[in-house]
Amino acid sequence: MLRASAPGLERKVPDMDKPTDRGGPPADDADGLSAGPVENAEPRRGIARLLRATLARGRLLCAAIARIRLPYAVRRMLGMIPTLAFISIIIFVVIQLPPGDIVTSTLDRLQASGVEVSEEQVQNLRAQYNLDKHPALQYLHWIGGFVVGDMGYSYMFARPVNELIWERLGYTLLITISAMLFTWAVAVPLGIYSAVRQYSITDYTLTAIALVGLATPPFLLALVFLYVGFEVFGIPIGGLFSPEYREAPWSMERLGDLLTHLWIPMVVVGLGSTAVTMRILRANLLDELKKPYVVTARAKGVRPARLVLKYPFRIAINPFISTLGLQLPALVSGEAIVSIVLNLPTTGKMLLDALLAQDMYLAGSVVMLLAILILLGLLLSDLMLAWIDPRIRYE
Amino acid sequence: MTAPVLAIRDLAVEFKTDTGVTPALSGVSFDVPRGQVTAIVGESGSGKSVTANCVMRLVQPPGRITGGSIRFAPDAGDAFDVVKLADRDPRLYDLRGGHISMVFQEPMTALSPVHDIGGQVAEAILCHRDIGKEAARAEAAQMLERVGLDDMERRMGMYPFEFSGGMRQRVVIAMALVCHPEVLICDEPTTALDVTIQAEILTLIRSLQHELGNSVIFITHDLGVVAQIADHVVVMYQGRVLEIGTVRQVLKQPLHPYTRGLLQAIPGVVPPGERLATIASVVGDADIETPHPLVALADGRQVSLPPAQLRRVARS
Amino acid sequence: MSDATAAPPPARGEALLATVTPRQLAWRRFKRHRLALVSAVVLGVLYLLALFCELVAPYSPQTRNVAAINAPPMGIRFFHTDGFHLRPFVYGYDMRVNPDTWMREYTPNVGKRYPLRFFASGDEHTLWNLLPSTRHLFVAEGGYIHLFGTDQLGRDVFSRILYGARVSLSIGVAGVVLTFVLGILFGGVAGYLGGITDRAVQWFIAVLLALPTLPLWMALSAALPVSWSPLAVYFGVTVILSLLGWPYLARQVRGRFLALRQEDFVIAGRLLGAGRMRVILRHMLPNFMSHTITAATLAVPFMILGETALSFLGIGLRPPVVSWGVLMQQAQNWQVIVMTPWLLLPGLFVIIAVTAFNLLGDGLRDAADPYNTGGLE
Repeated sequence: MLRASAPGLERKVPDMDKPTDRGGPPADDADGLSAGPVENAEPRRGIARLLRATLARGRLLCAAIARIRLPYAVRRMLGMIPTLAFISIIIFVVIQLPPGDIVTSTLDRLQASGVEVSEEQVQNLRAQYNLDKHPALQYLHWIGGFVVGDMGYSYMFARPVNELIWERLGYTLLITISAMLFTWAVAVPLGIYSAVRQYSITDYTLTAIALVGLATPPFLLALVFLYVGFEVFGIPIGGLFSPEYREAPWSMERLGDLLTHLWIPMVVVGLGSTAVTMRILRANLLDELKKPYVVTARAKGVRPARLVLKYPFRIAINPFISTLGLQLPALVSGEAIVSIVLNLPTTGKMLLDALLAQDMYLAGSVVMLLAILILLGLLLSDLMLAWIDPRIRYE
Repeated sequence: MTAPVLAIRDLAVEFKTDTGVTPALSGVSFDVPRGQVTAIVGESGSGKSVTANCVMRLVQPPGRITGGSIRFAPDAGDAFDVVKLADRDPRLYDLRGGHISMVFQEPMTALSPVHDIGGQVAEAILCHRDIGKEAARAEAAQMLERVGLDDMERRMGMYPFEFSGGMRQRVVIAMALVCHPEVLICDEPTTALDVTIQAEILTLIRSLQHELGNSVIFITHDLGVVAQIADHVVVMYQGRVLEIGTVRQVLKQPLHPYTRGLLQAIPGVVPPGERLATIASVVGDADIETPHPLVALADGRQVSLPPAQLRRVARS
Repeated sequence: MSDATAAPPPARGEALLATVTPRQLAWRRFKRHRLALVSAVVLGVLYLLALFCELVAPYSPQTRNVAAINAPPMGIRFFHTDGFHLRPFVYGYDMRVNPDTWMREYTPNVGKRYPLRFFASGDEHTLWNLLPSTRHLFVAEGGYIHLFGTDQLGRDVFSRILYGARVSLSIGVAGVVLTFVLGILFGGVAGYLGGITDRAVQWFIAVLLALPTLPLWMALSAALPVSWSPLAVYFGVTVILSLLGWPYLARQVRGRFLALRQEDFVIAGRLLGAGRMRVILRHMLPNFMSHTITAATLAVPFMILGETALSFLGIGLRPPVVSWGVLMQQAQNWQVIVMTPWLLLPGLFVIIAVTAFNLLGDGLRDAADPYNTGGLE
């Protein structure tokens, strides 16, 4: 999928010169430099070509040894492994930070209710939860299990974390992704409109709304929705299902019920990033619209609507996609707090409870899974960038 | 002699800034003869590029055309005033890239970085003719070969950042000529290039002009280039036209003190080691700031001078 | 060539071109941003209010008015039954319990007219823990005044918002100062040393930026011992907010540093024989500070919103400390909001403060950019 670029061409060969063939490996800067003199040996082209091919093969071998040349996507994914390992350490340390552990907090509870616990029982409990081991071993135990899909045991719920987490994570994912789609669907057209009609009344209005949207904490917006929902529509808003469907098995009706509830968290979570995205897109587009290549296109006779969509938009969308990746943490954070306010069956509330109860495996696994979610999102946005912008593919 | 392809009369452009309204052009009038090269010469800010942009109706806010006319007479069909065209008039889009096209100063930025070369050149055809994408690409490839690129089946799919400056400028020229326009506007097309490449591009433009027989407006501040390429010269200063004539007339016998100043400021005119003349030293106390009307002289030249000097020039 | 010998500029522009320093230009660009100017004023007022909250607030944050529990906001009036009064006043409430809902309902009673007294005495307080006094900017003579209503304990929401402003607004600045130190340290070191250090820091920054901010904040806040004093918790929260906030700033600092090192004028300075410190102080720093200050201004909202979110969840600042987040914790479910919507008013102040910081940051950024001519108005 990687096409060979020959930077040597750009610097060494005069334009009229016959361009080199594509025999060389995907060239680094160093390749281009070393290939230069050979390329210029105009009279003995045949020999030069042979020489260069040999050189190229040698270089290819070196490159392969030094750094295995893989498609961009694979390289990006391999690069995620150390990141994930590092993140898992950070998360483990943070989760371990509170003084005491699940056993002490359980003991406190038991003693408060007057139950006597012997020292031996305590030791047993600790051994059962691996708490008597060195923290490094505890970490290895946790992450080792995590890698093979066993996220450990939740003391708080007295159930394996796996059983607790998947459905909630699914809803988290659903809300985050729909919030992201909402962001796209709203921010892109409004951002374009705002830029093309710069300084119009609509532009000012949208900018004002975006500013307020930017400054409103998601939980406050959720509270306002609760208030409006009750005052205007007379219904308590919240949850992802009506009571009659909450425990019901999946059916078309339950799905429909979910969809009628979904839009509120979607809007609440997505509004902030919609505002950011709209402003970024507007600013980028305004920058691009001033660039000479837009004038070139205008001079070619390209019509206005096509002009904006085909040229500046294609380029303005780049930083947009990369910030979209960076907005994922914000969306996930927003979802966490909104789900607590709106009482949604997602990971947010569970995380808060687990943290307060020092339920380490549960809390750690939730944060870890959210981090993985974000990293996958970043990966996707990077791949999308590479797909849309040829300059990145060639790096 | 046939009618000029472009007749510009009393063109005025203003730019709105914080400090008020700044006139960029005032009373600019000249003709672009059919099938010849007209050079517009002047220093930075003299209004050369603004004039060119007016012809294509590319002046953007805060700039605005406030008066005058640009009469365009196509080879076939009726003449019309470009200034009076509505923003959505289809004739405007036919004009841009179809009848009149433009080569820009900066080949580095004049091409879209995320579209391939072939697509960008072919788009110029697709904007003006009702043919298929493949046919357009084939024609684009032909035009690119004509401006000196080869290995087209590979090059067509390449992106601007893979090309050198000179090659990019060739692409821009191909893009401008691919619809066989009647007028090609070159806005300092060689300023951003190496000296050797400059010569190649100039030769290319001149030879293509001979082949295709189109008219060229060539904007430059380099009188050396003017001598090489132009048939007619328009000298501009501060948004006004100071002098118009054939290249021979203007370069051999400049009438306006400012033109003389420009000529003496060329390196190589004075012996090595001596300081170059500045415009101010040549112009001396002659007033070039106050606008005067362009007056036509007997030999087809026009000049803008105070009445006293005008009489002296007319006598000689 | 003609460019080298450009004629003198027209006389009109000459005076203008000759006398403007970069600082004046920046100020001029900033002044053109009317919204940024307004924001600066708004923030100034907010910070003054926070600074003198003991004086401005009519009550202390813990004073309870049992006669007005969950009372709605009061309006300041000038017209009584007998006509206009120069001295503003409020009407006291009549309370009755709705027999259907068992909720308190308040109606203003024209008979209870409480005129406002300015700089009169009221609750005792100690300004900045230094000056004991009983003076307040305004008090209601013979009664009570609750401009923004009261909460379920009968505490004055207006007073509590002012006290909360002191905590929330200062934690924003304190957090940014710490972020600034960390950001400049890491960003500067990475940009200065380059090579492996740079790559390591960059990677570290990328990792931190990809972390789910709020969940980690939550985890860190949950680690703050319950036994800590309010002051310790305050600093703890500040540190926590900065821990995940510095990567943004560090990335910008590093980027600026690298870009500046390549700038021709810096290289020129070096080639002219300027010492390293001179290059850094005279050439790089002025270019650098404006951008960094802008970035810092834009980072304050991040801190304020973070504090608010954590305190709202009950794992940041805790009562009896009063912050905007703590105040909104009272309004966590829809029943409370429907009954006493004025408890959401702290949120309005969050929005105002954050918007003002964002606008101010925008204005500073445009003013700091020497290439921004801003001619397109």
